[in-house]
Amino acid sequence: MIQFQYVRTSTPKAAVDAVSKTQNARFIAGGTNLVDLMKRNIMTPEKLVDINNIPLKGIEQQGNKIVIGALALNSQVADSKLVQEKLPLLSQSLNAGASAQIRNMATVGGNMMQRTRCNYFYDTAMPCNKREPGLGCGALEGFNRMHAIFGTSEKCIAVHPSDMCIALVALDATVVAAGPKGERRIPFAEFHRLPGDTPEKDNNLMENELITAIEIPDNAFTRNVHYLKIRDRASYAFAVISVAAALHIENNTIKDARLAMGGVSHKPWRLSEAEKALIGKPASEKTFRNAAEIAMQGAKAYKHNAFKLKLGPNTIVQALKNAAEPV
Amino acid sequence: MLRNPCESKEKSLNQQIMNEAFFDKKDYKSLDRVDGRLKVTGAARYSAEYQLPGLVYAVLVESKIAKGTIKSIDSRAAERAPGVLAVISHVNAIKVPGYQTSNQHPSEPPVNGQPLRAFYDNNVYYNGQPIVAVVASTLEKAQFGASLVKIQYEKEQHKTDFDANMDNAVLPAQAKKNPKSPVADYNRGDKNAFVNAPVKIDAEYVLPTEVHNPMELQAITAYWEADDRLTLYDKVQGTQPTQQHFAKEWNLPPENVKVIATFVGGAFGNGLHNWPHETAAIIAAKQVKKPVKLVLTREQMFTMVGYRPYTWQKIQMGATKDGKLVAINHESVGQTSSYEEFTESTLQQTRMMYASPNVNTRYRILKLDVSTPIWMRGPGEATGAFALESAMDEMAFSLGMDPIEFRLMNYTDSDPDKQLPWSTKYLKECYDAGKEKIGWDKRKMQPGSVRSGEWLVGYGMGTGTFGANRGAAAVRAQLDADGNLLMQCAITDIGPGTGTAMVQIASNTTGISTDKIIFQLGNSQFPKAGNQGGSSTVNSVGPAVQAACNALKEQLKTMIASKGGSNAAFASAKKEDIVFVNGQVQIAGNDSAKVDIRTLFKQNNIQKMETTQESRPDENRNKYSMYAFSMHFAEVHVHPLTGQVCVKKVVCCGDAGTIISPKTAANQMIGGATGGIGMALTESAVIDHRFGRYVTKDFAEYHVPVHADVPHIEVFFVNKPDTLADPVGSKGLGEIAIIGVAPAIANAIFNATGKRIRELPITPDKLI
Ligand SMILES: Cc1cc2nc3c(=O)[nH]c(=O)nc-3n(C[C@H](O)[C@H](O)[C@H](O)COP(=O)(O)OP(=O)(O)OC[C@H]3O[C@@H](n4cnc5c(N)ncnc54)[C@H](O)[C@@H]3O)c2cc1C
Repeated sequence: MIQFQYVRTSTPKAAVDAVSKTQNARFIAGGTNLVDLMKRNIMTPEKLVDINNIPLKGIEQQGNKIVIGALALNSQVADSKLVQEKLPLLSQSLNAGASAQIRNMATVGGNMMQRTRCNYFYDTAMPCNKREPGLGCGALEGFNRMHAIFGTSEKCIAVHPSDMCIALVALDATVVAAGPKGERRIPFAEFHRLPGDTPEKDNNLMENELITAIEIPDNAFTRNVHYLKIRDRASYAFAVISVAAALHIENNTIKDARLAMGGVSHKPWRLSEAEKALIGKPASEKTFRNAAEIAMQGAKAYKHNAFKLKLGPNTIVQALKNAAEPV
Repeated sequence: MLRNPCESKEKSLNQQIMNEAFFDKKDYKSLDRVDGRLKVTGAARYSAEYQLPGLVYAVLVESKIAKGTIKSIDSRAAERAPGVLAVISHVNAIKVPGYQTSNQHPSEPPVNGQPLRAFYDNNVYYNGQPIVAVVASTLEKAQFGASLVKIQYEKEQHKTDFDANMDNAVLPAQAKKNPKSPVADYNRGDKNAFVNAPVKIDAEYVLPTEVHNPMELQAITAYWEADDRLTLYDKVQGTQPTQQHFAKEWNLPPENVKVIATFVGGAFGNGLHNWPHETAAIIAAKQVKKPVKLVLTREQMFTMVGYRPYTWQKIQMGATKDGKLVAINHESVGQTSSYEEFTESTLQQTRMMYASPNVNTRYRILKLDVSTPIWMRGPGEATGAFALESAMDEMAFSLGMDPIEFRLMNYTDSDPDKQLPWSTKYLKECYDAGKEKIGWDKRKMQPGSVRSGEWLVGYGMGTGTFGANRGAAAVRAQLDADGNLLMQCAITDIGPGTGTAMVQIASNTTGISTDKIIFQLGNSQFPKAGNQGGSSTVNSVGPAVQAACNALKEQLKTMIASKGGSNAAFASAKKEDIVFVNGQVQIAGNDSAKVDIRTLFKQNNIQKMETTQESRPDENRNKYSMYAFSMHFAEVHVHPLTGQVCVKKVVCCGDAGTIISPKTAANQMIGGATGGIGMALTESAVIDHRFGRYVTKDFAEYHVPVHADVPHIEVFFVNKPDTLADPVGSKGLGEIAIIGVAPAIANAIFNATGKRIRELPITPDKLI
C-alpha cells in the first residue's frame, strides 16, 4: 500500500469537490473492496474521500418507485421490510453475496462499483489489460473457469462479480449520480460496460461522479421470483453462474417476465429475448427450457469455462422453476 | 420442499455428538479445553504476538518467474524509503555457517536433495520463492519498501505442468538405494494376477495440489540475545527438532537455541519442516541487530511452507465373481520440487487394508519447478485412500455387492503386508454402528434411485487407516505442597488439545483433580519431544506423563514409608492404589493410610517433589502391526440440473484405542471430516503453467469449506484400549479423521447420480 491522504465529507457536493481536486482520488464507502485492492497495489489512490457521513442511507417509497440511497448497507437493504415485500428478488440477491460481516459494511454504491475478481486482475505479477492497459489479457489463454461467455473482447474476458446488480438490471433500476455539472440518471442496463478496447473502464460513471441513489420502479414481481446462485462452495464464494428470475403469472400464464444472469459477462447480463419468449406462455418446464436456449444464443466459451454453456441454461430453467413455485 | 437441502441442517453441540454409550464409568470424561479460555479471550500468545523491545518487521519479496537466475536487484528506492533498515538478499546476506554442510531436518526421514537456502545464491527454483527481505521499523513501512524492490531475471524454460511431464516421473533415490524402502516397488504374490481376474476395475484418479491453510499464518520472531544465543518464537510443530535444525544451521550448541511455540493456530503439517522464511528472519535479526518479526502473507503460504502434492494414481483391481479380491495394482506419481525429493506413504494402506493375496504397488515422483511439498493431514494415506476406497466402491458396484459386504468379504484379521497380528483392529464394530447411524438401509444399489424432492440422494462410505506411531518423549512432573501438579514437555499443541489430554492422563493416573494440574508445552527447554505430527502425541507423550506420575508416587511411597509406624503400609502399596485427594496421599481402600502432603514435605524439608521420566516404544512394535482405523459414511444430495452438492450428513467412527479426551477427540474427527469435505468438493490450488504461478491463492479463490458446507457430523469411537501400542492404550486419531472422508463423499455422489468422478474436487460443473 502507498501513503495516501484521507478526508471526510458530509454532503454530495463536498465529496465531488474533494475528489475533483486531486488526480487519482477515490471515494471510499464500506471499503470492503477498495482497501483489499489498495493492499495489493492494484488500485493506488493518493487520496481517499470518505463518504460515509453523507446522509444517503434511506430506503423509501417515492411515488411509484422505491429509492435506495447509495450508502444504504447491503444488509440493511436485504432486511428492509419494504424491499422484502416489494422487491424480494433484490433482497434474495443481496443475501446470496459475500458474508454477513461484509454485507454489514458494504454499501449499494460500492457494490455497483466493485471490481472484477479475475485472478489475473488480482495479481500484479500477471498480465491484465484492465489493471494496466496494454499488458495483455492473462485469462484469455489462461485459467478462465470463472470467466465470461457473453460480450467478451480479445482485451478482456473478466466478469462483473456483483449479485445485487443482477437483480437490479432485471428490475429496470436507474442510477442517480451527482457530478461537478449536477445530477444525472443512468438506466442500470447502461451503467456497466462491455470490455471492448477499454476494459480498464468497468462502467459509464464519469470521473468525479458520485452515485447518490438507485431508483426501482414499482413492479408486479413480488411473489414469483428467485435468485439462484451456483458457486464452488455453499456460501462466501462468487457466482460461477447466477440467475435472477422474476415472473408475473396469472392463471398459469406468464404475463410478464424478467431474466438476468451473473457470472457470464463484464456487465450484469439482461436476457431480453428470453423474456419475450416467456411472456404469454404457460409456466412450464418446456417454456423455461425454450427461453434458456434463446438466452444462450451467442455464448462463447473458453478453455476452462465450456461447462457454462450447459450450466447456464440449466440454471435458468431451475431459477424459473423455483420462481414459478415459490416455497 | 426445501430449495436446497443444505439450507436447513441439524446443527448439534459437541456434547450431543459424543455417544456416551461407548464409554463406561472408568473411562475418561469430557473435559473442556484447559486452554480454551485463553484462546477465546485472546490471552493465548502466538508466535507473531511477542512484542520484544526494539522489535522490527521483515517482509519478503518473492520471485515472479518459475526458473532462472537473478540478474540484478535494484534496492535503492527501498533503502531510501522511510523506516527501512535493511534490504537483504543473496547479494548482501551474511554467511550462514550451515549452508556449507548438508542441511537436513533432524526429525525427517532422509530426503534426497538440498533444501532451499534463503538468500544463498541467485538461482530461482520456483515462482514465489523468497528472494529479498525488507526490514523496517513498522510492518507498513516494510511492506511499502518491499513494493519498491525491482528484480531483473534471466529466465529459463520452466516445467510446472504435471500432466504434460508425467512421463518424466522417477523412482525416489531412497528406493533406488534401498529396495526395502517404503517407497520402493512392492510385490506380494503373483505379479500378474490382475490379468486373469474374473472381474476387473482399471481406473485413474487425480488429486490436485492442496494447501494446508491453517488459520494462523506462518510467523516467526527471531531474536539474537547474544552473538551466539538465539531465541525463536516460531510457528512450528516441534520445538526441539527446530532447535536442532537451527543449532546446526548456525553452528551453535543446541542449548544456545531456544524455540518457543506455546500456541500454534493450526498447522496440518506445514510446521513439520523448517523453511527458508525462518532462516530469512534469523539472518535479518543478525544483520539489523534487533529482534525481527516475519509473518507470511496468505499468498506466501501457497509457496513457502509446503502443500499436499498433486498426485496421479492408477488402480487395477481384480476380484472373483463372488467378491474375493484377487489382485490390486496401485501406482502413484506425486509432485515434488526440482531440489528435494518429497515422498509420502500413498500406497501403504493398499498393502495392508484388504486380504488380497496379490498386490503390486509402484511409487514415483515427478520433479517440477515448484516448491517442495510437505505432509498435510492424513498425508499420503488420505490421497491413497481416495483411489483405493473409490476403487473398492467401483468394484462392489461391478459385483452387484453392497460396499460394506464387499469390504467384510475381504476383511483381514492380521496384517498381510508385515505378516503380523494386529495389535487391535475393530473396524467391524465401526461398520456395524456406522451403518445404523447413517441410515444405510435407505441406500439403494442402483444410482439415482433415491430422491428428496428434486434432489438425488446418495450414500457412500470410505475406510481410513494410519500407523499407530509412537516415539520417545519425556515429561517433568513437579508436585507442590498444596498438591498441585505441574508438568512440562517440549511437545507443541497445534490444536488437538494436547494439554487437555495430558491433564486427563495425569489426573487419571494420580487422582489429582484436573483443575490442580497444569501441563506446559511448546518450549524447547522442556523435556524431550519430537514433532506433533503423524498422530503420535498422545501415544508418545501420554506414556511419559503416566511414567512421571507413577515415579512421583514411588518417591512419595518411599518417603512416607521411611517414617515407619502407620505409614509402613505405603511400602507395599501398589502404585495403582496410591491416590491424591484434597492435598493428601492415600491408599485406596485403606482409610487409615493418609498422609498430608504439606506436612510430609515440611518434615522432609522440601518445597516440591520433582521427577523427569522418559518413555520409549517397546519391542511389541516388532511383534504386532499397529494401526488406527476409521470409517466414514456420507449422505449427499445432488441437484440433477445444477450439479450443486449438499453433504447432508457425515458419520465418523474412530478405532483409536482408548479415547483420553472425548471432547477434543470428537473435535479432531469433526475437523478431519471438514477437511475431507474440502478435499472432496472444494479445494484446489491451480497453477497457470505459462507462468508457473498459482492463480488460486487466497481464501476467495482457494475454497476451504465454510460452515454452510459442513453438515451434522456424528462422531463415535470404539474406545477399546490398545495396550500393546502404548501403556495408555491409545492410538492417534488426527490423521484417520480425514483419511477416507473424500472417497466416502465421492462414492455417495456416485450412488446419487451414477457419475463416478475420479478427479477432485467435485465441483458442480463435473456433475451436469
Ligand atoms: C471476501 C469477499 C467476498 C465477497 N463476495 C461477494 C459475493 O459473493 N457477491 C457480491 O456481489 N459481492 C461480493 N463481495 C463484494 C462486496 O459486495 C463489495 O466489496 C462491496 O459491495 C463493496 O462495497 P463497499 O461499500 O465496501 O465499497 P468500497 O470498497 O468502499 O468501494 C468500492 C468502489 O466503489 C467506489 N464507490 C463507493 N461508493 C461510491 C459511490 N457512492 N459513488 C461512486 N463510487 C463509489 C469506491 O471509490 C471504490 O472504487 C465480496 C467481497 C469480499 C471481500
